[in-house]
Amino acid sequence: MKPNALLLVVALVCSGCANVEPWERDVLARPEMSLDADPVDAALDDHIYFSKEASSGGRGFGGGGCGCN
Amino acid sequence: MLRLQLNDSARRKVYALCALALVVLALPPSTARASDELDLGRYRGKVVVVDFWASWCAPCRRSFPWLNTMHERFADRGLVVIGVNVDRERAAAERFLREVPAAFPIVYDPAGALAARYRLTGMPSSLVFGPDGELVETHVGFRDAWREAREAQLIELLQRLPNQARSSSAP
Repeated sequence: MKPNALLLVVALVCSGCANVEPWERDVLARPEMSLDADPVDAALDDHIYFSKEASSGGRGFGGGGCGCN
Repeated sequence: MLRLQLNDSARRKVYALCALALVVLALPPSTARASDELDLGRYRGKVVVVDFWASWCAPCRRSFPWLNTMHERFADRGLVVIGVNVDRERAAAERFLREVPAAFPIVYDPAGALAARYRLTGMPSSLVFGPDGELVETHVGFRDAWREAREAQLIELLQRLPNQARSSSAP
């Protein structure tokens, strides 16, 4: 890869990471920020994830996301 | 050593990116107001519950009535409940308090200094401190099903208090 292009890509990638603390999740807690806020869709997806991969939780709701299953 | 050979237009773009980066870096780190102070030393000899909450925290709408009940029931037995709000905008916190009133005092931590000091891992976080100032337990999240166990924990801690600390009005 040409050195100019590589430098540009590295610079862009470095700016893409933002560390959000649990008490800074106010914007992320908004319903429009969740992957799918519709409760029926979310329930159906949850059932599929639970059935296929035994995973659950991780939904984006205020205070109940990461750190509180 | 990278050899950068940029033509004029590419060089201008790089300068523009650098200028943008400088502007972003020069911005003040936080426009939030400074956090209130929280000195737990003055509550030595009491059981303290420090509950970190926010207007955007859904479980807090359920935890507040329970905290109010705990405050009303055990305040004269030596329980201190303090709510620490981490909203960046004071108006959001006040809106929440109008809908879900708090019987206990509220400390404001818009800059997140107190939250960082206690290294919260989730919201809401309820830190229970014993009479010796030691952190007994951190409860992350709030579930109605936890209320009984949490109340039992508080009662158990309150029973350890010496008699003098129990009543706020000395004879």
